[in-house]
Amino acid sequence: MNTETIFLTYTDLAIAASLLLVNAILSLCFGLGLEKRLLIATARMVTQFALIGLVLVWLFDNVSLLFTGLAASIMIIFAGRESVARQDRRFVGWWGLGIGISSMALAGILVTIFALTQIRPDPWYHPQYAIPLLGLILGNAMNGVSLGLNNLTNGAAREKLAIETRLSLGQSRDEALRPIVREALRTAMLPIINSMAAAGIVFLPGMMTGQILAGVDPEEAVKYQLLIMFMVAGGTAFGSLCAILGGARLLSDSRHRLRLDRLRAFKSD
Amino acid sequence: MSDGLVIQNLTRPGLHPTSLQVEKGKCVVIHGPSGSGKSLFLRAVADLDPNYGKISLNGESRAMMSAPEWRKKAAYLQPESAWWHDKVAAHFKQLSAAKTLAETFGLQEEIFNWPTSRLSTGERQRLSLAMVLASKPPLLLLDEPTSALDSENTNAVELELQKQLDSGSIILMATHDGAQMHRMASVTLNFCSGKTKMEQL
Repeated sequence: MNTETIFLTYTDLAIAASLLLVNAILSLCFGLGLEKRLLIATARMVTQFALIGLVLVWLFDNVSLLFTGLAASIMIIFAGRESVARQDRRFVGWWGLGIGISSMALAGILVTIFALTQIRPDPWYHPQYAIPLLGLILGNAMNGVSLGLNNLTNGAAREKLAIETRLSLGQSRDEALRPIVREALRTAMLPIINSMAAAGIVFLPGMMTGQILAGVDPEEAVKYQLLIMFMVAGGTAFGSLCAILGGARLLSDSRHRLRLDRLRAFKSD
Repeated sequence: MSDGLVIQNLTRPGLHPTSLQVEKGKCVVIHGPSGSGKSLFLRAVADLDPNYGKISLNGESRAMMSAPEWRKKAAYLQPESAWWHDKVAAHFKQLSAAKTLAETFGLQEEIFNWPTSRLSTGERQRLSLAMVLASKPPLLLLDEPTSALDSENTNAVELELQKQLDSGSIILMATHDGAQMHRMASVTLNFCSGKTKMEQL
């Protein structure tokens, strides 16, 4: 087996990118109107990757707790923003962003530090480990939080009558909101449970594929991937729990009222 | 503090400050055109929406109780009924009391074993009322409690409400039915363009 890394040239990348061109042509032919979005998303991805490459090189040359922490904070803030950006019904004011960022911070920081105690890099905050791990955890927790919150707020609006009937009968807000909280948590966790169940049979996760392509022994790649999957599942659970319980608090108040006035009107696009 | 219900300057967006004093065993019928704030008023009394003002019931102040404690005393019946379990019986905490009430409303005991999807609108309304009345709350806030019922069932419901009044409960009831107002009301409260007018009968 060839354990040496085969380096990619920029021509290789350009040829791979031509696949997107095919997509764009298809979109034009069938009038899907996706070509502009596709172009923008591609340009964003290329630019973001190029920049993160430069940033990582710089971070690896200047290993310091301060810089790693700064990079981590920026990642957490962006993940928090993205996790609440495409909701059907957003919380008014800064509440939505607050929930997004705090759940990302909880999931990201807790799980990354836990992971670092297993991998034991020296120093522990070495960006080569901390930043990619945090990124993986945030990326997955983001999906959970965003799906879960969307489900929660839509559920509250849909079940208004039932929730208020239960409150009218003297149930507490926790009791009255329990069914929609449970449903939101299930929705948040379903993708990660699916991918754990299908991992290795239906697909090889991106990180493992990358490591194997980069010449790492498959056994090592599997061990790393398992660690990552546990971290990702844990991070998604922590993040979603924090976001959904926080969201349920915001949807009610201390007098046990349902507060749909704290949600903006339905946004369909 | 006196017995009965005392409402002082109850207000919320869409509702002019309303004050009201009701003795035990009396029924206040709230009437007025749609959108005049009858439901907003009842919801505010039940504390289901943010509101201002003081309320006390039989000497106990609403502000001194948790909201669930208050709502067990001031039971609000929504104009539309809601069901959240698959089986009818699962919704009832006081099942035997509810069964007795349902019987007086002309419903058979069998109905409690049904799936909720099988219920008609009229059955839903009578069962919702049974759910609210089963715990014998001292204050009943009823929003259009007989809107989906025929005259026979309306009569059965009114008889039961009269029984609750005789045992000392207070009822605030919104209705569009003028005849019902005359049958039930000790006092009427007229909501018109946001202002309220009280009339003793």
